[in-house]
Amino acid sequence: MANISLPQPQAQAPVFSQPGRLTLLFRYLRRNMSLTIGLLIMLFLIVFTIVGMLTIESENAYALAVSSKQPPSAEFPLGTDFFGRDMLAVMVYGTWQTALIGIIAGGAGTLVGVLLGFISAYFGGIIDAAIKGISQILMPIPVFLIQIVIAGSLDKRDVTIYTMAFIVLILAWMGPTLVMRSQVLSMKERPYVAVAKLSGVGDIGIIFTEILPNLLPFIVAQFVTQVFAAVFASFYLAIVGLGPLREPLLGNIIWAAMGQGAFFNGWWWWPVFPAVGLALILGSLALINMGLDELSNPRVRRSE
Amino acid sequence: MSLWVIGRRILFLLMVIWAAATITFFIPRLSSRNPIRERFATLARTGGFSPGDLETIVASYNQKFGLDKPLWQQYVDYMSSLARFDLGVSLNLFPKTVVELIVEALPWSIGLLIVTTILSFIIGNILGALAAWPQAPNWLRTISTSFVLLQGVPPVLLGVLLIFFIAFRANLLPISGSYSIGSVPEWSFAFAIDVLRHQILPALALIFGTVGGWVLSMRGMGITIQGEDYVLFAEHKGLSSRTIFRDYYLRNALLPQVTGFALALGNVVTSAIIVEQIFGLPGLGNVLAQAIRVNDFLVIYGIVLFITIAIATLMVLVELLYPLLDPRIRLDQ
Repeated sequence: MANISLPQPQAQAPVFSQPGRLTLLFRYLRRNMSLTIGLLIMLFLIVFTIVGMLTIESENAYALAVSSKQPPSAEFPLGTDFFGRDMLAVMVYGTWQTALIGIIAGGAGTLVGVLLGFISAYFGGIIDAAIKGISQILMPIPVFLIQIVIAGSLDKRDVTIYTMAFIVLILAWMGPTLVMRSQVLSMKERPYVAVAKLSGVGDIGIIFTEILPNLLPFIVAQFVTQVFAAVFASFYLAIVGLGPLREPLLGNIIWAAMGQGAFFNGWWWWPVFPAVGLALILGSLALINMGLDELSNPRVRRSE
Repeated sequence: MSLWVIGRRILFLLMVIWAAATITFFIPRLSSRNPIRERFATLARTGGFSPGDLETIVASYNQKFGLDKPLWQQYVDYMSSLARFDLGVSLNLFPKTVVELIVEALPWSIGLLIVTTILSFIIGNILGALAAWPQAPNWLRTISTSFVLLQGVPPVLLGVLLIFFIAFRANLLPISGSYSIGSVPEWSFAFAIDVLRHQILPALALIFGTVGGWVLSMRGMGITIQGEDYVLFAEHKGLSSRTIFRDYYLRNALLPQVTGFALALGNVVTSAIIVEQIFGLPGLGNVLAQAIRVNDFLVIYGIVLFITIAIATLMVLVELLYPLLDPRIRLDQ
């Protein structure tokens, strides 16, 4: 028998090293531009607010704190308004208050929506019909108009940041409820839920171990949507003069500036800076929302 | 069969109107605020009459508006007058009824709304389709896609920035108002031009503020449609890319946009109302802002109800007309 020489092992199998999580994250962010830009703007706003709140007195954001109607200068980088508010302080505390309303109302709206959506889809029957029916009838009514009626019925002195958040919340739960309901309905029929059921997991167990973890991306996306909607709604209320009048909420400032004819009098810095600030807040939320949509919904993912 | 479907849609519409009317009836009555007392207290402070008469006047007004009756009767009265399109009278501009105020302001609002909504819908959908279309030149796709960045910025904010850059800095167009101060309304060419010049900035604010949403959703639709068999088939038949774009691609992607249009109506209308107010245009927005300022409650609720009913009706109409656009969809399914 001839010597059979075993084939020499190849030099070395090429090593496939899985790139680290951080690298993968950066690669994804480079592909998902809207998420990246949105997060960067958001980061800038957060740093601006935190640094501002640490260095600037909050009193300067309220009336009669500094001399009024000063154009932007070294002392007041963004100028001061008709009522003697330092616009830089207004931007810092106004951004914070605007965000606060958004987070409270958006967060609570999402929470209520998730709960109702779950109850509706999981238990079905009359409960489902009632929750779905009420949500669908309320959906076509323009939220802003009903909020005007609610806000207009309140005493102007009672309106605070928190009542504002509550007014926005009252009509912010229908959207998340309907979205969550349809998600749970489709998830309920998936094979892994059937497997869990067959292996004797109870209702509560299935909800918390099978359905909720898979719903998390949708809940996060809904949260961002609702924060966006809440900031939007509170801005619209403020700009028709239904906001908490004394607070430096960004929408309030624009309302006051336009009411005093800021552009006719040449005080352009008064409405323009809050407008830019609000555009950045809402724009970044919309971009993050778009990016998350791309992340969680492969159908709109770019075909690249 | 389809009659039954139309009937169900109309029933749904009536439920929406009923819900809106009930909300606007009960919320103000739950609050401790009494607009009539507030109004006359202000008058008394400014020296209209002696404060002693206040209670008598408030009582007589309560009787006039039926506010002394039991709640259920007020509710029935309110609903029946609503069915007769009677929305009550303005407290601020007293003999005028709410319906008169709405009718006066409506043409301005409708004019602005129709022009901007149609333009924004057309521009946004074309840009969105181009942004997703592989055959489009690269620069065109980049420009179209960048319009998505506008999505999320409310038209009012764009309005403030447009006033700053175009009216205040560059001094090209008037800052606000519906015609120049000092000019007299008349049927002349010069006056018409003046009015139009005052409408340009609000219209631009509304178009730019709403176009981003259309671009975004149309781009998504376009990406979905690219892989469809009929688009591939058309390509293999050798049709020109222009024909494919117009007849195979745009038309099919447009259908869901019509549904989106119905859903977006509420936002579009509220945005328009607020833009009107910022620019000081005579329209529903200005009447509403004025009413809020002096707490003219019947006017506020009247306008809110009117707009809600209009939007809900339009939504149902779009839904009922949809099968005409898309023969694949039949109402009875």
